[in-house]
Amino acid sequence: MVDVCFYFQVHQPYRLRHYQIFDIGKNHDYYDEKKNKEILKRVVNKCYLPTNKLLLELIEKHPEFKVSFSFSGTILEQLEEHEPEAFESFRELVKTKNVEILDETYHHSLSFIYSRNEFKRQVVLHNKKIKSVFKYTPKVFRNTELIYNNDLAYMIEKMGYKAVLSEGADKILGWRSPNFVYKAHGTENLKVLLKNYRLSDDIAFRFSNPNWPGFPLTADKYASWISEIKEDVVNLFLDYETFGEHQWPETGIFEFLKRIPEEFTKKKIGFKTPSEIIKSCKVVGEFNSYNFISWADIERDLSAWLGNELQQAAIKELYNMEDEILKTKDEKLINDWRRLQTSDHFYYMCIKWFSDGDVHKYFNPYDNPYDAFITFINILNDLRDRTQKANAQRIK
Amino acid sequence: MKVLMLGWEFPPFNTGGLGTACYGLTKALVNEGVEITFVMPRAPQQLKTHVKLIGAEELAKVVFVKLPLLLIPYSTESNYEMILSKTQADKQIYGRNLFEEVFRYKALIKKLFLQGSLGDFDIIHAHDWMTFPAAVELKNLSKKPLVAQVHATEFDRNGGNFGNPVVHEIENFGIKNANVVIAVSNFTKNIILKNYEVLPENVFVVHNAVDFSDYDVQDDFYIKKEDKIVLFLGRITLQKGPDYFVEAAKLVSERIPNVKFVVVGSGDMQGQMIKRVIELGLINKFLFSGFLRGKDVDRAYKMADVYVMPSVSEPFGITPLEAMRNGTPVIISKQSGVSEVVKHCLKVDFWDVNELANKIIAVLNYRALHNELKKHGALEIKKFSWNEPARKCIKIYKALVGEING
Repeated sequence: MVDVCFYFQVHQPYRLRHYQIFDIGKNHDYYDEKKNKEILKRVVNKCYLPTNKLLLELIEKHPEFKVSFSFSGTILEQLEEHEPEAFESFRELVKTKNVEILDETYHHSLSFIYSRNEFKRQVVLHNKKIKSVFKYTPKVFRNTELIYNNDLAYMIEKMGYKAVLSEGADKILGWRSPNFVYKAHGTENLKVLLKNYRLSDDIAFRFSNPNWPGFPLTADKYASWISEIKEDVVNLFLDYETFGEHQWPETGIFEFLKRIPEEFTKKKIGFKTPSEIIKSCKVVGEFNSYNFISWADIERDLSAWLGNELQQAAIKELYNMEDEILKTKDEKLINDWRRLQTSDHFYYMCIKWFSDGDVHKYFNPYDNPYDAFITFINILNDLRDRTQKANAQRIK
Repeated sequence: MKVLMLGWEFPPFNTGGLGTACYGLTKALVNEGVEITFVMPRAPQQLKTHVKLIGAEELAKVVFVKLPLLLIPYSTESNYEMILSKTQADKQIYGRNLFEEVFRYKALIKKLFLQGSLGDFDIIHAHDWMTFPAAVELKNLSKKPLVAQVHATEFDRNGGNFGNPVVHEIENFGIKNANVVIAVSNFTKNIILKNYEVLPENVFVVHNAVDFSDYDVQDDFYIKKEDKIVLFLGRITLQKGPDYFVEAAKLVSERIPNVKFVVVGSGDMQGQMIKRVIELGLINKFLFSGFLRGKDVDRAYKMADVYVMPSVSEPFGITPLEAMRNGTPVIISKQSGVSEVVKHCLKVDFWDVNELANKIIAVLNYRALHNELKKHGALEIKKFSWNEPARKCIKIYKALVGEING
């Protein structure tokens, strides 16, 4: 009998407003408040509210149904400020105790790759935020975009976590299956849960594709596929926006979700959260990834965020400012610096999909990756000027 | 499929994009098995090319004195008169102005048709307004369908303004009487639908392309320079937005000390442009090279750190592609057809001088931006080919012939 472990990612960045070189020194307001509110409203209405409502109903009706979430700090802030109803409904869900919350970096950042100290600070910030919002202390960690390597696992264990989520990347697993619990290489006893990308992507990407042999996907068909797996756990890791936003209501995605507890139970598939999985499943081997992996694209690497010169130049400038900006002890400055660390900003500068005519990331505010770079780098220059001024004043 | 094309110029005897486009399009059409007879007012002798080239003058046995300038497609009414008054030739054989010239072409075509010199054809395909009276005459005589291709309108040539009413009238006459109108971009299609008498379903977009197959990219040209170079290359006319270039240059030079602005080309706004450069105190930052040809054009692109095309109204615009071919990052106005088909460049509204300056500065300041634009731009232009536009034309021809015969 196999268990499934659902984890949903909830995140929105602070998108930047159009910022020219002429704004430097004059305008320190970096965010496109109107656009951010608009997009937030849209995902709240299309996804968060209806899906939360459905999950609440399902948990009430099927006490065995369980899911887990990871929220970035930036989405929680925005919900709290602008969409209190959705914010509350997430709290309601957590109160059912059928929901596990994971920790991540507060700003959904790539900090682990560039600054281990900053990474730690952001994980702590996130941990505090989750505690204050949900009265909950996460035990399991997931890094931005499931970015992972052995060093990350080592550090996460030292920080007190019991498990970490990552991608079931073929290049690491080889012939082995993602449907087991592994121990992270180089750690005492940190468990790794690996995404079953085939079954996850059946929902996330293929659900509404009429050319896919599995189309139309129904809950009982999906349950029968999973029930054939004679292994320990199927990890279904998805962006939460899959429900209602990436897959519109017309595709039948909500009916599909609604039938899952019933159909899975019929086929004797259990529901567990990551913490329950690591308690119930035995470790079958070691997961050893010296290089970084992620859940992005076919490459499953960092190239979506750091694959070209624009991205490299921008992120290096950003992290070069670390010491100077922290020296200011100016919360507003440090907060601006951290919001710029959100991985989405680098994703918008990605050229590899743009060439194929596929600006496929939802809610990308830019026409092209070059514009994304120009706005980002101008803002960074303003931030640097402010930092220098602040430090000069402190010395006086 | 036999197509009779009416044009004005053909490489190597061309002055601009029209001849280049006709060359590329006809070459790809011939590859697809279309037979083309290309008629122009006067064909260069002993030029072997892929189409049957006919000079109306020669065939009609009209004594012709070599005056190539008289027939350049970018002639405006006023500079035609100027050119004509300067020539030493016998003025009697020419019309007094450009319009008379256009109608003389029409008379020649009629004569050629009636004496059977044009041979068989299934379709008439005419390029731009100067051929339209001849094309409509031919359509009426032969009862064959007419495709009128618009490479530029009088609105473009006048920076979005109405321009010469007689030219407009002739354009409208051709567009109205054509069975199908081809626009070289959506941008041009929109101008046509807004300003000329034609049904939307009769206007098709066939984007221009470029043919870089015979281009040698391995030019060892290298110059050592201390200054950053921002390039303007094109006719210095209202259409090309030289005034916006100068205003942006002012903003750029305030932030980047070692920058030079190179202007390649000539035109009726050159005096005004220089005057404004002096007013803004930028004369030591500007270099005016005049009109360049061939390898020198490529060198100008190669020397530049960024090429700017701030056109007010550009039906297509081939120069950004030439710049990209030379590995030069490109900033183009959104008011251009080429911006519909090119991705790896920066785009601005022509009037947004601040944004233009913002982008020029970014390219000059950040090596990463320069390098990525250069790399991906050079890759992108390799994908362009005349095969796609040729196929679109053939589809249009077939539908028209079927319509007439069916």
